[in-house]
Amino acid sequence: MLFAEENFHLAPWVVFFPLLGLLINLIFGKRLPERAIGWVASLASGAAFVVSVLLALALRAHPEGMRVLVAEWIHIGELQLDWAFRVDTLSVTMMLVVSGVGTLIHIYAIGYMHEDVRFKGDPGRYRRFFVFFNLFIIAMMILVGGDSYLMLFVGWEGVGLCSFLLIGFWYDMDTLGRPSWANSNAAKKAFITNRVGDFGFLVAAFLMFWAFGSLNFEEVFAQAPHLAEAMPGVVVAITLFMLLGVSGKSAQIPLYIWLPDAMAGPTPVSALIHAATMVTAGVYLIARSAPLYVTVPAAQYVVAMVGAVTALFAATIAVGQYDIKKVLAYSTISQLGFMVAAVGMGAFVAGMFHLVTHAFFKALLFLSAGSVILGLERGHHHLAHHGHGHGGHHEEVFDPGDMRNMGGLRKRMPVTFWLYLIGTLALAGIFPFAGFWSKDEILADAFREGYQAVYWLLTVAAFFTAFYMGRQIWLVFFGEARHEAAAHAQESPWIMTAPLMVLAALSVLGGALNLPGIHSLTSWLEHTLEMVHHGEFVFSVAAISTVLALLALALSWWVYGRRPLTAGQVDPLKRAFGPLFVALENKWYVDEGYWAVFVNRYVDLARWLAEKVEWAFWHEWFHDSVLVRGFNFLSKTLLHLRIDRQVVDAFFDGLANLTARVARRLSPLQNGFARSYALTVLLGVVFIVGYLLFKG
Amino acid sequence: MIPVTYYIALSAVLFTIGALGVLVRRNPLVIFMSIELMLNAANLAFVAFSRAFGVLSGQIFVFFVMTVAAAEVAVGLALIVAIFRTKHTINVDEMNTLKG
Repeated sequence: MLFAEENFHLAPWVVFFPLLGLLINLIFGKRLPERAIGWVASLASGAAFVVSVLLALALRAHPEGMRVLVAEWIHIGELQLDWAFRVDTLSVTMMLVVSGVGTLIHIYAIGYMHEDVRFKGDPGRYRRFFVFFNLFIIAMMILVGGDSYLMLFVGWEGVGLCSFLLIGFWYDMDTLGRPSWANSNAAKKAFITNRVGDFGFLVAAFLMFWAFGSLNFEEVFAQAPHLAEAMPGVVVAITLFMLLGVSGKSAQIPLYIWLPDAMAGPTPVSALIHAATMVTAGVYLIARSAPLYVTVPAAQYVVAMVGAVTALFAATIAVGQYDIKKVLAYSTISQLGFMVAAVGMGAFVAGMFHLVTHAFFKALLFLSAGSVILGLERGHHHLAHHGHGHGGHHEEVFDPGDMRNMGGLRKRMPVTFWLYLIGTLALAGIFPFAGFWSKDEILADAFREGYQAVYWLLTVAAFFTAFYMGRQIWLVFFGEARHEAAAHAQESPWIMTAPLMVLAALSVLGGALNLPGIHSLTSWLEHTLEMVHHGEFVFSVAAISTVLALLALALSWWVYGRRPLTAGQVDPLKRAFGPLFVALENKWYVDEGYWAVFVNRYVDLARWLAEKVEWAFWHEWFHDSVLVRGFNFLSKTLLHLRIDRQVVDAFFDGLANLTARVARRLSPLQNGFARSYALTVLLGVVFIVGYLLFKG
Repeated sequence: MIPVTYYIALSAVLFTIGALGVLVRRNPLVIFMSIELMLNAANLAFVAFSRAFGVLSGQIFVFFVMTVAAAEVAVGLALIVAIFRTKHTINVDEMNTLKG
């Protein structure tokens, strides 16, 4: 029964269960206690996970999958688009990741948000958080489950909206809790940057409709090889515009700039949306569009290069960051670069494999970072209330996310330390953690497929990855506390650490999904992506990357671990490299560049439009000269011609006079003699009867 | 059997007398009597046709007409009494307050 084909019809419930949770919290949430709100949302997400598991089991028996129709949507002429779920191995893989990791993060957030809303001083927002979280699961499920590009786009915009709402969750303060619009500006930056990408997606969709006459996956892919021969330029344009959309959502060059700012959202948001699921939507889009991409090798090369350059570029920036979440954000951009490079090279399985393992260990890292941040908040809070009489301790602006305020947390937060270490080793690609297998498959594929440049870029990026993660471990957990809050940090409760342990187990064992020689994920995805082939384990590649990763970890120890940073001390790399490190600190000045090239020009344009076009031209000249003078001229002319008196008034006066005159003439008929009325009635009757008799 | 035409002729004569009575007389009581005459002329036509065509609906209609006539007289006489109390006359030509 578990494997029955009928289970496919459960597919819409991956959306309906979170919707149910959302509605319960929205309607009854005010009367529910905090814990209940969190558990309703978590159970809703968990139910979606159970449905995904049932779908996966059914797919084992019937790997061809099924299209599950929910409702008709757009039927115009040739265009036939429905609300329909496409249940196949690729979409169900994504559903499992989204709902599985999503549920764990929901549970974590029960504990995290409980404290966060109190530190920020507005417990009323607890319910809102979980409503948004369920909404995100809904949108993400629509994105991965849809059977057409348009339905995918609905989910695509939906997750963008949730991302905006959750980045700006504390919209009236900055990340340190001071009144400011910094967080809402970060949300707007994310939303607007994504609009640029969505423009690319939409152009791709329009081109696709123009060329293929359809937006349905199956119909588009069926025609792809034929059309790639007939008009290759169009397919290249479609795939490249789609890449623009991908670079917006999946934070690739040139649109990655929103993701680091997105860390303004609460940490569970960073873990769920900006690390594990939403940002991988672009990778999923390319994997889904694999039949399109394989027909145009030129576009594939561009995609692979964009991914590889992003991977290295972001990895270098991560080295120069002090904020614990910013490091992870740049790391996410870098890892997304790995995935995009993989799917660009046609190594779709490797890309999806890395997507899954990355979801495990990056969610683990972000949530552990959240645990660290809250631990510091607790320590800070503890000091403020039971402090040693420091006046003005309240006034001190304390950044719980700054690694320069940490140090020595290994002893204060042992559970978090071990979890963080597992995540770090998985991300750094150390054998036998999950990241080793997935990253290695990407590198091996790049090596074998002859993408030399991509291979070397990614290998160097992997070196930097291990280095910045090592730096983080030494700075956060080793040495001595550089701030009193760190010295008094407290471990997080079980509701936060328990989901982390599950994620840690997955980060350790996740590699088993697609071990060399067994290739379970490859055989699984083969049913959907027919063009994939079994990757081979290339020993030299694995050896090089492992040695480099270990070397980088050792180097990080040499720089940061050997002589731990003390309070107020400058970063040792800054002492050694000076301006280069300052450039890294400032993210290679990319944001400043964007301001100089785009934002300021845009502001100039807006100011010019406002001052010259709107005010000087339209208001001063057009309004005053053309409209006002024209109106005065017109009214004077009309007054001069006495139109009002002689035409308009005359007509209505005449009508009134006519009515009065007619009434005066007719009034004698009403003479008051009842008998004359009777005579009139009689004559009328005689007339009507006579007419009826003699009319023919 | 007397042909139906005779009844219709009698009915027409009675109706005409009634109509003329309504038009020429000024005493509302007489006008009422004339109206009764017209109504009964119509009744006569109803029963004559009813019998001639062998259907009962005409007979039934007569009962309705008689009922309405009785009600009308009751209301009309009450009105006349009320008018006499205020105007001290019941001459129809004097009742001309709605003159245009």
